[in-house]
Amino acid sequence: MSTPNSYMTGPDERGLFGIFGGRFVAETLMPLILDLEREWGEAKLDLAFWEEFNMLAKDYVGRPSPLYFAERLTEELGGAKIYFKRDELNHTGAHKINNCLGQILLARRMGKTRIIAETGAGQHGVATATVCALFGLPCTVYMGATDVERQAPNVFRMRLLGAEIKPVTSGSGTLKDAMNEALRDWVTNVEDTFYIIGTAAGPHPYPAMVRDFQSVIGKEAKAQMLEREGRLPDSLVACIGGGSNALGLFHPFLDDKDVRIIGVEAGGHGLEGEEHAASLTGGKPGVLHGNRTYLLQDADGQIIEGHSISAGLDYPGIGPEHSWLRDVGRVEYVYAKDTEALEAFQLCCRTEGIIPALEPSHALAHVTKIAPDLPKDHIMIMNLCGRGDKDIFTVAKHLGFDMASVMGETTQ
Amino acid sequence: MTTRIDTKFAALKAEGRPGFVSYIMSGDPNYDTSLEILRGLPDAGADIIELGMCFTDPMADGVAIQLAAQRALAGGQTLPKTLELVQEFRKQDSETPLILMGYYNPIYIYGVDAFLAAAKAAGVDGLIVVDLPPEEDDELCIPANKAGMNFIRLATPTTDEVRLPAVLQNTSGFVYYVSITGITGTAAAQQDAVAAAVGRLKAFTDLPIAVGFGITTPDQVAEIGSVADAAVVGSAIVRQIEANLDEHGKAKPGLVDAVLDYTRTLSQRLR
Repeated sequence: MSTPNSYMTGPDERGLFGIFGGRFVAETLMPLILDLEREWGEAKLDLAFWEEFNMLAKDYVGRPSPLYFAERLTEELGGAKIYFKRDELNHTGAHKINNCLGQILLARRMGKTRIIAETGAGQHGVATATVCALFGLPCTVYMGATDVERQAPNVFRMRLLGAEIKPVTSGSGTLKDAMNEALRDWVTNVEDTFYIIGTAAGPHPYPAMVRDFQSVIGKEAKAQMLEREGRLPDSLVACIGGGSNALGLFHPFLDDKDVRIIGVEAGGHGLEGEEHAASLTGGKPGVLHGNRTYLLQDADGQIIEGHSISAGLDYPGIGPEHSWLRDVGRVEYVYAKDTEALEAFQLCCRTEGIIPALEPSHALAHVTKIAPDLPKDHIMIMNLCGRGDKDIFTVAKHLGFDMASVMGETTQ
Repeated sequence: MTTRIDTKFAALKAEGRPGFVSYIMSGDPNYDTSLEILRGLPDAGADIIELGMCFTDPMADGVAIQLAAQRALAGGQTLPKTLELVQEFRKQDSETPLILMGYYNPIYIYGVDAFLAAAKAAGVDGLIVVDLPPEEDDELCIPANKAGMNFIRLATPTTDEVRLPAVLQNTSGFVYYVSITGITGTAAAQQDAVAAAVGRLKAFTDLPIAVGFGITTPDQVAEIGSVADAAVVGSAIVRQIEANLDEHGKAKPGLVDAVLDYTRTLSQRLR
């Protein structure tokens, strides 16, 4: 494959990154998708749109998020100088809000009066419910019935924020089924409804649009690094489910050819079996949810459930731009297993006093693998894209800590 | 090129009646039972048969067809087995047009050229692939047309007149008008609105117009039949399969007859 002059010009007018992306949706949705593309094309060039986005990003979300030198972690690993881009400090605790803010401003611009979203772990659902409360728009969140049980605190948060939660029992009752159900809702309520997709996937223009909203992460990181160190970083590391936090960090650096870029997928129990969510390293190209991309699937093209300890990573697909970046070789894609992410999670708590989400714990797991062998003047940025409050129950369970009995003792 | 679908609509026109299109999911509730139902459909009044290709993520389908796909998948149905089913059907019936309906990924994974060759050889006449709008015509529609297979496009209430020519451009066989904005087997189609929409389509194309999504009762079949060239029923027939399963999901005795009898009550309203 030939090397493009720039890695930042995609997608083309058909929404393609190489062979990936596109608009594989039912005819009922097609006119809406075209509307959305047109409106997004206009909004993107409208200074007033970005003024409002930037104002809310600053005052409501708390941007810019700090670029933090993780000194104790750096010492512990004994190699590369590690910085965290701290998107876990955003309002609602993750990078998801950047995208929700952008999309709800677009929904308002388009005169839509009802918002729907899908969610897996609940982070995108909470972020969507949050911006809906901010703008007083009714919000329906589709969430797999299995996830509703696993993520009770986020379900309650969404309720408090005024959202209606619809547990999805169809299929296997997880994130991909929640996305199917959201698409079914959208097809049924085309006139008034805006679908806020939570990651850089789905039919064009979603992958590009979500990336553009999340690129605030990489743009800030670049400026902060130049100010702090007077040069660009040597490497970037981020975790990947659908891949929006990673793309947000990576995109502004894609044409800086000396910056090594690494995406870390969820390796679950390992890639030998089917218990993982590593679409790029363990899947093959296919068509799902409106785009062509790498998917976990069987020989008949049936979609296989992803598995990860992190509910935010167990999606069987990935954003199409990542698929392209993999095939053209600009970004390296690796994976970290559940057990490695758990180790990294604890390391971060212990050395930095930061409880990370299980998703970026995968990125950190990879950092711990490569940082020790890198020179001390190698500068690395890891996207700490979410905080771990939501994960303490899962982690407690895996570490054999009986939280229920402790709570029982204190209330007696 | 004249296909079985063209021939059938010409015959229906000569008879002066609308056609009845019946949908079942291939492999639902298992391979053998669905073959038996398939073989009985022409006698039960199906002028054209739509055979669903199961997929794990049927995003345009309502609960009835979602469950049918899950039953088929649980029974081990695959795209190659669906083609085998068509081949078996064709041993006894060389006239009834048969259309495969489903989603793109299993076809993409099978390989487009290999799939078209195998489908043609098995006796498939047309394809309806829900997640391939005209914007993606290069994927399957154009190769299918070249292979002599009809590619039937869905037109919907959201397809405006600016968009219609693009939707109709590479469509052949007939146009499938989706009578509601929504998924299969949910809201009922309103006869007036459908009549208006069919009229609008007729101004743009000479192809026959079949109407589906949301037609569930014999009366609705008659109503839609009076304003369109054919009426399509899927979910309501598939629900008859569901109603004739025991608590373990196995076919009860009499399932095939129950499904075919029900189909007959629908199709008779157009004769």
